Amino acid sequence: MFKLEKRPQQSQKWIYLSPFLAVVITMISGGILFAILGENPFEAIRIIFWDPLFDPNFASYSRPQLLVKAGPLILIAIGLSFGFKAGVWNIGAEGQYIMGAIFGASLALAFYPMESKLIFPLMIIAGALGGFLWGMIPAFLKAKLNTNEILVSLMLVYVAESILASVSQGLLKNPDGYGFPGSRNLQKYESAANVEIISNSGMHWGVLFAFITVIFSYIVLTRHIQGFNIQLTGEAPRAAKFSGVNPTANIVFCLGISGALAGLAGMFEVAGPSGQITIEFNSGYGFTAIIVAFLGRLHPIGILLSGLLIALTYIGGELAQLMLGLPGASIQLFQGMLLFFLLATDLFANYRVKIGTN
Amino acid sequence: MYIKSVIAGAIASVGIAAAALAADVKVGFVYVGPVGDYGWTYEHDQGRLAVEEHFGDKVETVYQELVPEGADSERVMTQMALQGADLIFTTSFGYMEPTINVAEKFPNVKFEHATGYMRADNVSTYSARFYEGRAIQGHIAGKMTKTNKVGYIGSFPIPEVVRGINSAFIHARKVNPDVEFNIVWIYTWFDPAKEADAATALIEQGCDVVLQHTDSTAPQAAAEKAGGVITFGQASDMAMFKPTPRVSSIIDDWAPYYIARTQAVLDGTWTSTDTWDGIGPGMVGIGEITAAVPADVKAEALAMKDAIASGDYHPFTGPINKQDGSVWLAAGETADDGTLLGMNFYVEGINGDVPQ
Repeated sequence: MFKLEKRPQQSQKWIYLSPFLAVVITMISGGILFAILGENPFEAIRIIFWDPLFDPNFASYSRPQLLVKAGPLILIAIGLSFGFKAGVWNIGAEGQYIMGAIFGASLALAFYPMESKLIFPLMIIAGALGGFLWGMIPAFLKAKLNTNEILVSLMLVYVAESILASVSQGLLKNPDGYGFPGSRNLQKYESAANVEIISNSGMHWGVLFAFITVIFSYIVLTRHIQGFNIQLTGEAPRAAKFSGVNPTANIVFCLGISGALAGLAGMFEVAGPSGQITIEFNSGYGFTAIIVAFLGRLHPIGILLSGLLIALTYIGGELAQLMLGLPGASIQLFQGMLLFFLLATDLFANYRVKIGTN
Repeated sequence: MYIKSVIAGAIASVGIAAAALAADVKVGFVYVGPVGDYGWTYEHDQGRLAVEEHFGDKVETVYQELVPEGADSERVMTQMALQGADLIFTTSFGYMEPTINVAEKFPNVKFEHATGYMRADNVSTYSARFYEGRAIQGHIAGKMTKTNKVGYIGSFPIPEVVRGINSAFIHARKVNPDVEFNIVWIYTWFDPAKEADAATALIEQGCDVVLQHTDSTAPQAAAEKAGGVITFGQASDMAMFKPTPRVSSIIDDWAPYYIARTQAVLDGTWTSTDTWDGIGPGMVGIGEITAAVPADVKAEALAMKDAIASGDYHPFTGPINKQDGSVWLAAGETADDGTLLGMNFYVEGINGDVPQ
C-alpha cells in the first residue's frame, strides 16, 4: 500500500506547494461542512474567497478592510519569523501587542488635548518601545536563567491583559466616560489618530509599516550577516556557536524585534481602527500571527500573502455568516482546518509517499 | 469622499435588497456570544425570532454571532448596513463606540445599542434593570447559605455589573448579617472554561451559593458537579439545571421591545430614545423558584418581586453607606438613575475593591 520514506533533505518544492494544497483541501472540506449545514457549498466558498474582493455591493468596503485586518497580522508575523527561524519561540506577541498599544495610547493621552505634528511619531516610538520591553522580559530570563521563553512569553500575555483591564478602568479611563471603562477615542484626537494615508483604501500608517517591514526583513534575511546568523542558529546551533554567533545577542535580537513589531501593531491599532484602549482591546492578532508566520513559511513574501489570505477568511467568513446565516463556530472551524491541513501537508516536505507492497 | 461613497453604496444596496426580498424592513442583530449560550445572547436571539414570528413576511432579520467587541464589530455593523438593514440592534456594551461610528456613516439606518450611554439622532440605547432581579437573588442567597459565603462571578467591572453585586449584597445582608461575598473578575462575557474555573474556585473556598454575571451555563454545571451549591440562571432561565443547582433566574425578555422598535421603523415613527425597564414593564422576568427553596423564603421573594413591579419598593433604598463608611443614601431615600448608571463603588460591607 502506501509507505512513507523520509527524505534525505526537505523538499523545497513541497515547502512552497503545501500551503496551496492546504488551502485547496480546506476549501473542499469546508464545502462538505457547509453542505452538511444545508448550504450550497459553492456559494459559501464563493462568499468567503470571492465576494470580499469582487462583490459589487461589498467589495468597495471590504477590500480596504482586508488591509486593515492583514496589516497587524503581517507586522507581527514578520517579527515572529525571525525568532522562529532561530529557534527562539515567542508565543507572547499578543502581550507585546497590548503593551505597545498601552504605551502609544498613554503617550497620546498625556499630551491630550495639545495638537502637534510630533505626537504621532512619538507614539510610534513609544509603541515599539512598549512591545520591545515586554519582549525583553522573557529574553532576559532566558539569557540569564535559561528559562523557557515559550512559557514566560505566553504567561506574560495574561499579565498584559490584566494591565490592560487595569488601565482601562483607572489610569487611562476617559474622564468624560461616566465612569465606564475605556480610554478617550484617539480617532477623534487629530494629532494622535492613525488615519488612512489614501482615503477609502484601508491603507493606514500601520499597513504601510507592515509593507516596509516585509522589505526590511527580506533584506536582513538574504543580505545581512544577522540574517545569516539567525538561519544558522536555527539550522545548526553548534556550527553557529563555532562560527562565533553569540546566543544571548541572538535571543535579545529575536525577542526584541518581534516584541517591537508587535508593539507597533498594537499602537497602530489603538490609534486607528480600534480608537480606544478597552478591556477587550486585544482580539487575538498576536496568536493568529503565529499561524500567518508558518503558513507563509517564515518567508517575508510568504507572510505578506498568508496575512492577506487569513484576513480574507476572516472578512469572507463574516460575510458568509451574514449572508447565509451560517453559525459562527462553523467559520472558526473552517479557519482551524487551514492550519490543520497545513501541518498535515507539511508531511510531504519531509517524507516521500511510496506506493508499493513492501 | 469615503463616507459619501459608502452611503451611496448603502442606498443602492438597500434598494436592491428591498426589491429582491420584498420584506418592508430588514432588522440586523450583532451578538457577542453564540446564539446557543443559553444566556445573554440566547435571549436576544429569542427576541429576534419573536420579531420574525410577529411580523411574518413584512420583516426579515439577519444576525451575526461571536462578534468581538472593538474594531471587528464596526466592520460587521457596516456590512449589515451595506446589506440593507434598516434597524440594527448591537447587543453588548463594548459595541458602543463602534455603533456610534457606523451610525455616523449611515444616517438613514437606525441603531439600537444595549447597555451603553452614547446616543445620536439615529442611535437609541436600551437596557434592563437587572439589579431588581439581583435583589431577589440576594434575598434567597442570604437565606439559603449555610457557610455564609456567597461567590460572585463578575465579567467586567462596569457599572451594570457593580450595581448587580451591590443590589444582591444589600439584600443578602438584610436577611443574614454574617454573609460575605467573594467576587471573582474574569474579564469576559462568555468563556465556559474560565467561568467553570471561577465557579470551582469559589466553591472550593467554601461558597455554597454562586451568582454569575456571565453568559454561559458552565457555572451551573460546575455547581451541579460539586453538589450542595445553589445558583441562579443568568439572563436566561437555564431551566435544564432545575431544581438544583439553579433555584431561580433572571430572564431578560427583549421580545416586546424589539417588536415595538421594529413596528416604529415600519410606521416611520422611530426616534432616538433611552429605555431602561425592569420587572414592572416585563423586561426583567424572575424564573420559577424551585422546591429547593423553602416555602417561606419563596413567598418573601415573590412578595419582593411584586413590590418592585408595582413600584412600592426600590432595591436601593436608604440607609445605605458606601464601602468607605460615608453616607450614600439617607433613610428612606432612593437612588437616582444617574448615580446607578455610573455606579463604580461598592456599598459598605463588601470586601475588596472594584478593580481600577
